[in-house]
Amino acid sequence: MILAQAAIDTKFANISNILVYSAMAVFLLAFLAYTFEWTFGGRSRVARQSAALAAKAGASLGQAVADAEAEGAAARTAPTVAVKVTGAGGGTTTLTRTVAAKAGKVDVVTRGDAAPPVDGVGASGGDEGADRFGRIAVSLTTLAALLDLCAVVTRGISAHRPPWGNLYEFTVAVTMVASLLFVVLLAAGKNVRWMGLPVTFGSVLGLGLAVSVFYVDSEQLVPALHSYWLWIHVSGAMVCGGALYAGAVAAMLFVAKDVYESRKAKDLVKRGGWWSDVFERLPAAATLDKWSYRINAFVFPLWTFTIIAGAIWAEAAWGHYWEWDPTETWAFITWVAYACYLHARATAGWKGRKAAILVFIAFACYLFNAYGVSIFINGKHSYAGI
Amino acid sequence: MTTDLDAAEQLSSAPKEDNGGGGDVGIGLLGWLRWMWRQLTSMRTALILLFLLSLAAIPGSLVPQTAASPTKVADFVAKHSTLAPIYQKLGLFHVYSSFWFSAIYLLLFISLAGCIVPRTWQFVGVLRAQPPAAPKHLVRLPVYATWRSAGTGTSADAERTLTAAESLLRRRRFRVARSGDAITSEKGYLREVGNLLFHISLFGMLIAFAVGKLFGGMGTVLVIEGKAFSNNVAMYDDFMPSTFYTADSLVPFGFKLDKFEATYQASGTQVGTARTFQANVSYWTGSDPSKAVKASIQVNHPLAIDGSNVYLTAHGYAPVFQVTDAKGDVVFDGPTPCLPQDGNITSTCAIKVNDGYVDNKGNATQLGISGLFTPTAAPASEFKTTGPHSVFPDLLDPHMYLTVYHGDLGNNSGAPQSIYELDTKHMTQYTVDGQPLKFDRQPGQGFKLPSGGTVTFTGVEQWANFTVAHNPGTGWALISAVMAVVGLIGSLFVQRRRIWVRAVEGPDGATTVEIAGLARSESARIAEELADLALALQDTAPADLPDEPEDPAAGNTATTAAEKE
Ligand code: HEM
Repeated sequence: MILAQAAIDTKFANISNILVYSAMAVFLLAFLAYTFEWTFGGRSRVARQSAALAAKAGASLGQAVADAEAEGAAARTAPTVAVKVTGAGGGTTTLTRTVAAKAGKVDVVTRGDAAPPVDGVGASGGDEGADRFGRIAVSLTTLAALLDLCAVVTRGISAHRPPWGNLYEFTVAVTMVASLLFVVLLAAGKNVRWMGLPVTFGSVLGLGLAVSVFYVDSEQLVPALHSYWLWIHVSGAMVCGGALYAGAVAAMLFVAKDVYESRKAKDLVKRGGWWSDVFERLPAAATLDKWSYRINAFVFPLWTFTIIAGAIWAEAAWGHYWEWDPTETWAFITWVAYACYLHARATAGWKGRKAAILVFIAFACYLFNAYGVSIFINGKHSYAGI
Repeated sequence: MTTDLDAAEQLSSAPKEDNGGGGDVGIGLLGWLRWMWRQLTSMRTALILLFLLSLAAIPGSLVPQTAASPTKVADFVAKHSTLAPIYQKLGLFHVYSSFWFSAIYLLLFISLAGCIVPRTWQFVGVLRAQPPAAPKHLVRLPVYATWRSAGTGTSADAERTLTAAESLLRRRRFRVARSGDAITSEKGYLREVGNLLFHISLFGMLIAFAVGKLFGGMGTVLVIEGKAFSNNVAMYDDFMPSTFYTADSLVPFGFKLDKFEATYQASGTQVGTARTFQANVSYWTGSDPSKAVKASIQVNHPLAIDGSNVYLTAHGYAPVFQVTDAKGDVVFDGPTPCLPQDGNITSTCAIKVNDGYVDNKGNATQLGISGLFTPTAAPASEFKTTGPHSVFPDLLDPHMYLTVYHGDLGNNSGAPQSIYELDTKHMTQYTVDGQPLKFDRQPGQGFKLPSGGTVTFTGVEQWANFTVAHNPGTGWALISAVMAVVGLIGSLFVQRRRIWVRAVEGPDGATTVEIAGLARSESARIAEELADLALALQDTAPADLPDEPEDPAAGNTATTAAEKE
């Protein structure tokens, strides 16, 4: 008998398992820290602060003129020119430059500026104690993401292959992608701390399901998975999974915040209440919507590529690049659902909540494909390993 | 809103939606046809069709499909006597070739064509024409800035400003056109190119897919070690032709299975899981086997021979039996492929001795040996609960559990017979004292039949199942798919935008500079881009005069900015 060529390195496999449990524990701690941040974040103080902020934005008319005059006066003393840009996100940037002649100032005005979206102040609501929790949470998330990364790497070392050869490994790797993505965006200075709670929640949930339901020991691959396309196709699906989760969460928050904002506009919300307190600290609905769109639009070509890579692999493994295998079918359905979303966004009348509903449908299709089809429907994709 | 603003804001060559009103539709058949065409090619219809297509794809993943697994369909039909006929009528067992599924995607692609063709012309028109002239009131555009400049005091300041702006924009690779006191510039045409490329590629993909379906075909064949296959219909176990790929389309080639090798996980929780499969073959193109070349076929690594690919799809064992009749003449000697039942290759076998057997009374009869083959037999102590079965897929301890029948194998009844099953309707089991005769044999062992003959289990060979597929159009499908991704990236991430600059010299000699920009809502960068330009223009026209209060556009920018369209 010919024995399996390369034995499994159980030492690394055990290390990987310990790392997965550690990452799960640290994600849980991070999740709790975010919860504390949201809970203890400035309550009434927030209300005051955001009111002040809103007033500032609302007063743009008079204030802008005053600002402009003051800055104009200042500008005339120094030979620089300043161009102030009020972006659609409500933020302003000022570009300056030294010029030869005496200089003035220019305002670039964006239409609709009368009510630029006002982002909430963030989970901590400016409260120092809460902010400390928030920062602890971010550090813990970073640590957990790194533990997760190491778990994936050691698993790969133990089996001498890409560490996403079954549903357990896939799930662990997806939580790694989502949390690393989050940490990288934070490190790049993006204002995404509000995603911390859902990202850590998703990671704890994902890892929990992975170890309890999907777990299999580190082993080599069945021949059908023996291909470099495993690197390409599955890692594509994985990155899409992590990013699409973020896109769906942003869409969910968008809908919640949008409902809140429109109720607030009709004076239907109880000011200072717990819900309004939380919602006031979230980014503006428009900002959340923009995030969701950007993530989903970024992922769509990648998802298309993933499907193509899968088709090339199918051609090599099964004899035809497309045979409507259940997994292929659901990948196609997911793709169409996201295409519908992008079309809907490009067409008038389907923005906002309606488009967000398409995101939910599309993401549900993705989840069903990754898990439902692998577990409940027997196709040629013999992936689950459970 | 003024019409020049309308024109200026048309940033996509997407046809205008006429919301079903169909104002200029005439009466009569032509009018109706035109109306239907408009409806079909509208974006909303395309969206609905797209959505329908994904809905229509769902049942195919839940109901067993004939194309994927005829046996599962047969199972389903047997189990659901009321549902099955309804499903049959609806074509639910072959969703992806059903009329309704085809109808949706054909409509979608007609709609797509109706979209692409006019858009392409329109886009070519856009490329040939100048960017549209500047609207009268730039202040109404989404992004706007203005300032006054005393300039250098010489005349023609406005002219110099415009020239400077033109070269600045050109340097940023905008297309620039001058009309009167203003310039118009536009950038990001690649968005539209990408969009068209994407949609055209979808078309390419459909065509490639159709070519594959119409001109492609495949067949499957089981080959035992040491045996050969040559590419003609008679050799196939199962041949799936298509409209233009028939028995006559098969080109001559062949291969011989020299050896099949497999390795299995020997320990751990996944013990027995296959790790590698490899079929070592000698193949030849044309009809001359003496020119054979050695090659190996593995899962994921098909062998390409003369326009066809040969895939390794399954494998199993073929026990070799020798049967002699009552006179001692060998009437059967060879391997019989058995059908694997589980991961450890517990297999069912049906060995059929069709002719030649004569029993001790001188009567000719047919023999059928029904057996269970286990490459590594479970210990007999386990049989009570689970019966004989295999515990490992490799040949560690092969056993054959046999019972023997005599009579009529039923070959001549006309009904197709499975090679793995025995039809015992017209056969009688050999018994001893009323008990069915049963044997458990290892290679090399045999037994004597009550009718005088002998059966010997001489050894085990392996078989491999191959799919020979001819898939024309695959390369085109791939090219189209790659183009689709490239187009998609352009269509999603390139921002098409316009920037206008107007410079007018007032009666006091000062120049009023106005710049305005427009982009699709998904891109917020236009404001920064405009600011950059405003900054760069300071060299030529520095902002050094306070805005005049009576100037309608300046001084109250905030008010005009707040103006909602
Ligand atoms: C078959 C599946 C299809 C997919 C996956 C698809 C995908 C896309 C994508 C991703 C975009 C870019 C959206 C954007 O500009 O933000 C787009 C734009 C567009 N598609 Fe499709 N499309 C499909 C079919 C069609 C069909 C059949 C039509 C014609 C009726 C069509 C008409 C358009 C138009 C007009 C745009 C541009 C929208 C604009 O620029 O305002 N598409 N499509």
